Amino acid sequence: MGKNGSWNEALTFTSSNASWKPGDGVSDQFPAGLRVLVVDDDPTCLRILEKMLKNCLYEVTTCNRAEIALNFLRDHRNGYDIVISDVHMPDMDGFKLLEHVGLEMDLPVIMMSADDSKSVVMKGVTHGACDYLIKPVRMEALKNIWQHVVRKKKHEWKEKDFEQSGSVDDERHQKLADDVDYSSSANEGDWKNSKKRKDEEDEAGERGDTSTGCAQKILELMNVPGLTRENVASHLQKYRLYLRRLSGVSHHPNGFSNSFIGPHDSPFGSMSSLNGVDLQALAASGQLPPQSLATFQAAALNRATTKNSLPLPLVDQRNVFSFDNPKLRFVEGQQQQNSNSKQVNNLLHGIPTNMDSRQLASLHQSAQSFGNMNMHVRSQSNSLLMPMVQPQSRTQNLNEVNVSQPVLDRNGVDNVKWSTLYFCFPSVACCRFLKPEQ
Amino acid sequence: MEVDQLQRSFLEYTNSLFREGFLDGQFGQLQLLQDESNPEFVFEVVSLFFEDSERILNDLTLALDQQNVDFKKIDAHVHQFKGSSSSIGAQRVRNACIAFRNFCEGQNVEACRRCLQQVKQEYLLVKTKLEALLRLEQQILAAGGVIPMLDS
Repeated sequence: MGKNGSWNEALTFTSSNASWKPGDGVSDQFPAGLRVLVVDDDPTCLRILEKMLKNCLYEVTTCNRAEIALNFLRDHRNGYDIVISDVHMPDMDGFKLLEHVGLEMDLPVIMMSADDSKSVVMKGVTHGACDYLIKPVRMEALKNIWQHVVRKKKHEWKEKDFEQSGSVDDERHQKLADDVDYSSSANEGDWKNSKKRKDEEDEAGERGDTSTGCAQKILELMNVPGLTRENVASHLQKYRLYLRRLSGVSHHPNGFSNSFIGPHDSPFGSMSSLNGVDLQALAASGQLPPQSLATFQAAALNRATTKNSLPLPLVDQRNVFSFDNPKLRFVEGQQQQNSNSKQVNNLLHGIPTNMDSRQLASLHQSAQSFGNMNMHVRSQSNSLLMPMVQPQSRTQNLNEVNVSQPVLDRNGVDNVKWSTLYFCFPSVACCRFLKPEQ
Repeated sequence: MEVDQLQRSFLEYTNSLFREGFLDGQFGQLQLLQDESNPEFVFEVVSLFFEDSERILNDLTLALDQQNVDFKKIDAHVHQFKGSSSSIGAQRVRNACIAFRNFCEGQNVEACRRCLQQVKQEYLLVKTKLEALLRLEQQILAAGGVIPMLDS
């Protein structure tokens, strides 16, 4: 499939003569050659947009179906610089597309609609759109879309610089990183202000998380070659936006609030009572820190609502897993009695793992390829970090996990130390690491 | 007819359409987009609009004829029509769509049927006028002239 050709009915390519590859730096011809994907089910609008963008000397691909656009982007991961999408489309809500593109491809997305109501524009903000254009779209509005691409790159380069300079002042990094003006469109007013407020809120939340910088910590723990702090930070922020939107509650400094769970999203009957173990009671008795309960629920919520990206919770704590052999065993449904892990399996029942144990085992296997993943949180406990790399290739064939000591705590539930892990995004191994209070 | 005359007729006609609110500034944008690489651009886009509009209007008619009217679906159609008509600058059609959406909210079938009639009427009007305009364009080009640019 080449440029200047037709891929199928739904997609067409229009190319200008210039081309711009990301990472090349800014060429003389920039922004000519900017690679734009436009998604709109209205053929009239689509044709007009295509012509306008072409007149801006951009490389345009048009698509009238969101699903097709998404699949196309997945197959051409580095093929586009920016996506423009209509809000109201018959096969997929524009905001859903926005989410997916943001999570999976981390591309800037511009939403557009004939609908200029504040609530819809706000929705654009909360879903992470980098701009919102009101139809009918004028040439002037499109001429400047390149700035979203540059801004994003600049954000990433800046973070990278700090990374390389070895500075450990994460708060300062975050402040600088967030201190970027997002708004840009020809449509001013409410849009700008709401986005700014949102960014400040995110920034505060980010800072409030830990004093030494959450993203930095995650990066260190992951120890993935080539991964930068800004990858982690960017995904973390997006993940939070996503979760916040799912939960519909205000941002909790911890990342989740306890009233997180939505009844319709729970994949199983009641989260709080599992086979023989009552999580709520545990929480109440102080043995299970409330944030861990929330994170269970949060993870459950994510697990149930996402299709492609699978943020999986893995609760790794001393007496949850039995490591009498290096492979991790998860129990689904039928309870498997393990000599030293009765509580283990009970607790695990509640964990929403739709994967079978084999898949999970190989997930853990994947951890080994990312270096030494065994970390000592406190002197007594171990925790395993399991990055999940690609959602499509769920079972990566990587080395076996080598756990040096058994996780089980002799003292049983009393001495529980919890570490909770999240898979944020399949495309980047990103983990949320909470330290319990004990 | 002389090219000059044709061009003047074209400009006069276009201006009157703007004056009477049939077309708005967005149509001007379309004309600006027409160039050597796409000499038929306006014609192309307007044709797309006609095709698409007829489809939407049919869908709307069917939807309103149902026993149980699905107002959400109707609203979606009208929203789309609003979008496409505003993209080519068909101002009166767009305004009729806005009014239609308000009545959709009220979920009044009779009122919606009347709105649909209104929208259809406006559409047919602008269609006739655009066709006349495009014919003038063709005549100018056939006579060896260029399409004059609009002032505003």
